[in-house]
Amino acid sequence: MKEKDQITRILATDCGSTTTKAILIEKRENEYRLIVRGEAPTTVEAPYEDVTKGVLNAIREVEELAGIRILDGENIIKRERSEDDGVDIYISTSSAGGGLQMMVAGVVDKMSAESAARAALGAGSIVMDVIATNDKRMDHERIKRIRTLRPDMILLSGGTDGGTITHVVQLAEIIQAADPKPRFGAGYKLPVIYAGNNKAVDEIKERLEKKTALYVVDNLRPTLEKENLKPARDKIHDLFMEHVMAQAPGYRKLMDMTDVPIMPTPGAVGLLIETIGKRDKIEVLGVDIGGATTDVFSYFQNTFNRTVSANLGMSYSISNVVKEAGLKNIMRWVPFHMDEKDLRNRIRNKMIRPTTIPSTLDELQIEQAISREALRLALEQHKTMAVGLKGVQKERTISDAFEQTSTGETLVNMLTLNLIVGSGGVLSHAPRRVQSALMMIDAFLPEGITMLTVDSIFMMPQLGVLSTVHEKAATEVFEKDCLIRLGSCIAPIGNIKEGQEAVRVKFDDKEFVFNFGDMGVIPLELNKKVKAVISVAKGLDLGNGKGKEVESELEGGVVGVIVDARGRRPFVLPENDNDRVNKLKKWIKSLNVYPEK
Amino acid sequence: MAHSYTPGLKVTDKAIVKKERRLPLKGDVLVKVGDLVKADDIVAKTELPGDVERLNLAGKLGVPPKEASSFLKVSIGDKIKKDQIIAESKGFFGLFRTSIPSPIDGIVENYSDITGMLTLRKPPKKVEIDAYVNGKVVEVIENEGIVVQTPATFIQGIFGIGGEVKGELKLVAKSPDYVLTKNDITEDLKGKIVIGGSLVTSEILNECVKKGVLGIVVGGIDDKDLKDFLGEEIGVAITGQEEKGITLIVTEGFGQMTMAKKTFDILSKNDGKRASINGATQIRAGVMRPEVIVTYDIDTIVEESKHAEMGMDINSIVRIIRQPYFGAIGKVVGLPSQLQKIETEAHVRVLEFEFDDGKRIVLPRANVELIEE
Repeated sequence: MKEKDQITRILATDCGSTTTKAILIEKRENEYRLIVRGEAPTTVEAPYEDVTKGVLNAIREVEELAGIRILDGENIIKRERSEDDGVDIYISTSSAGGGLQMMVAGVVDKMSAESAARAALGAGSIVMDVIATNDKRMDHERIKRIRTLRPDMILLSGGTDGGTITHVVQLAEIIQAADPKPRFGAGYKLPVIYAGNNKAVDEIKERLEKKTALYVVDNLRPTLEKENLKPARDKIHDLFMEHVMAQAPGYRKLMDMTDVPIMPTPGAVGLLIETIGKRDKIEVLGVDIGGATTDVFSYFQNTFNRTVSANLGMSYSISNVVKEAGLKNIMRWVPFHMDEKDLRNRIRNKMIRPTTIPSTLDELQIEQAISREALRLALEQHKTMAVGLKGVQKERTISDAFEQTSTGETLVNMLTLNLIVGSGGVLSHAPRRVQSALMMIDAFLPEGITMLTVDSIFMMPQLGVLSTVHEKAATEVFEKDCLIRLGSCIAPIGNIKEGQEAVRVKFDDKEFVFNFGDMGVIPLELNKKVKAVISVAKGLDLGNGKGKEVESELEGGVVGVIVDARGRRPFVLPENDNDRVNKLKKWIKSLNVYPEK
Repeated sequence: MAHSYTPGLKVTDKAIVKKERRLPLKGDVLVKVGDLVKADDIVAKTELPGDVERLNLAGKLGVPPKEASSFLKVSIGDKIKKDQIIAESKGFFGLFRTSIPSPIDGIVENYSDITGMLTLRKPPKKVEIDAYVNGKVVEVIENEGIVVQTPATFIQGIFGIGGEVKGELKLVAKSPDYVLTKNDITEDLKGKIVIGGSLVTSEILNECVKKGVLGIVVGGIDDKDLKDFLGEEIGVAITGQEEKGITLIVTEGFGQMTMAKKTFDILSKNDGKRASINGATQIRAGVMRPEVIVTYDIDTIVEESKHAEMGMDINSIVRIIRQPYFGAIGKVVGLPSQLQKIETEAHVRVLEFEFDDGKRIVLPRANVELIEE
């Protein structure tokens, strides 16, 4: 690989479960910019069964659009200097073939099992199930579950170093009895990572070494107050490459093509979110809503967390959103009257024909209603997982540890949150950007002042992996071409009487007033920042206390500054169907969300 | 973009169909390449390790794990019968003895002197797979299964529930838009596969189960009815494992949907013939759709379909697969290359579509599927 300062042309791909996306980045006039983007169907499944075919097709589209030659047959041309043809570096991420699917096991569900789940999620995995000795299941039920799920690997943890070994050995015996087989490669042994009590290593080896491919790493919960996820996380990454990827069709070839190891897609996106949080010292919430899964990433109190809601998505998993949220919760966001039977059938028809797109306004509004619930549920799940005791070597007292398990206090704080980054088809490709803004506001209910952004064309995975080899290039493209700034959102907490003055925003000799129950936009163009004084009614709070004024910087965007005076804690929609529809219509009109029919 | 992918379901009167028959675990393949097999013939078999039962031996005996093994009356690897005493404590002077009977028939797998748990395993379960369709074995996947090939009528549905069944097709619907009634489901349909029209309800499905109907192929079903019939909401679209006593194949979609004429005609032609059907559906990158297969004699000559890798062209016959006009069949009359703005304001690739009556509309290319000629 070339030296960093010699790299001026970068090719990056992301192999998704349905589409492979390629982007070309070039250094022009001293800064890195996105040049073109190409895509092609992913070819992991029959009849192709070779992921590189889709990759080459996507690259060919890039070649056509950029007017340069990148491929020599099936090989990527690597430039010696800066000739016209070829690229300097090629990198890739992948979630094809269902991504990385793991099971984790730990002694206590709220302690080691939860830490193990966090390690797996942080590494970019889907956690199919968490087994704990206190999960109220019988052994034979656990064994059956391991056998039927066929995970890509298992992470086993439990016990503090030097502590009692009985329980973690018991878990090993359950895995031993299940004699699990991996999803790919009939002849392979299932990788099992042991990251538990160091005193139990011999007993664990005795039980699992013959039946599985066992790897031992440092305990991820060496003491009750300490969590040490990195060794387990790194091992998961290594094994993802060695076992899972190497088994997936065509990946050996792809691994040879890339200049750095292939990363699981969510791992790469997470890296990017974490980098923004750390660099700008802000609290960030990122979401990637796909067809099958929704990933949520957060950076609060200097702690990064990621969760994946494996069955919340907009095509493949759309019916599961209905199942989990309930039809009533979806219907509450539809700004017209429709009967349940019709809505049910429409959603199912999207599920069985996932590649179709809404062609009428009604259909678009229904899809965006469903996305609100998918996003809401994904954040709910994230909140329960992103709780205390995070990251490497963070010390806590024992009393804190017990407090955490008893209260399950989440780190996610919508009031202190600074930035929301939305990504994925329904958000990135919404016909009007204000639609993405409103979907995120309705789903996440941000409080106080929060900047809203959206990934322009969904290229965060490629930029994530790029950040590991060339941070400057990744950052510049991310800021200039990837992140679309929609504008700040002002949303006070509390409820007062409908129609009463709620929010008054003053800046540059201008004043804007909003009543309770309303939404509105203050025009403020992209990249413009103003110091504003925001006052709220007595019963409302923007972070300084009820009725207290706030001085804050507001940032403009392609939408402008959105004021949401509909109330929080709770946010309520009218129960009466007519009232509800009228309300939704009013908000839609004041933000100019949809074209007039 | 040089090539646009258009999904399409296969509905063919005569095609070469290949079916992979694979064991869930390695085992024995019982046929060889070139063999002619019947649908019910067993082609491969294996044994799944039996389920495991774990017994807290030390706890039950009230002794430390390290000592409990000395009370075992059986050894590791021994066969055991249900209720056979497998461990017994000595008690005091022969009194207060604790006897532990085996909860299962099976073998003693192991004992852990750390956890005090005794692992027992039930006998292995035999797993056999049949050929599913009549045909010729064209490939043997060593220790795992075979590929069987046959000329056949092959119809893919869009969604289904229930697994593989074989039975005689019985045309019950009078036309593609016919709605089945309770009176249509007669006693003589027992063991048969019903060809319906545009709609089946949960009431009819239950009636079919009652009368012993094996399967039903129909244009549409209301999601509400599906939920009522299954007793639960389907979350993720992976089906085939339902055990409701019937296999359902929906050819068009959810709601009342007139069965495509071609599908209906082909099915009608096969009235009275034996079919193999499977409701298993998986909607993801590697899509798996439900299917109806009626095999021909192995020597039947099949002209290869021109469908292979076919793209969409002017005059292609397509079906609209999204509201509005869901289910309408017509002709492609225009394929503008530029992106066009549609009602939602999205800029997408579109096509011009002509209905049978000559009326024309513009709609996203993503919202049609090719109908094979």
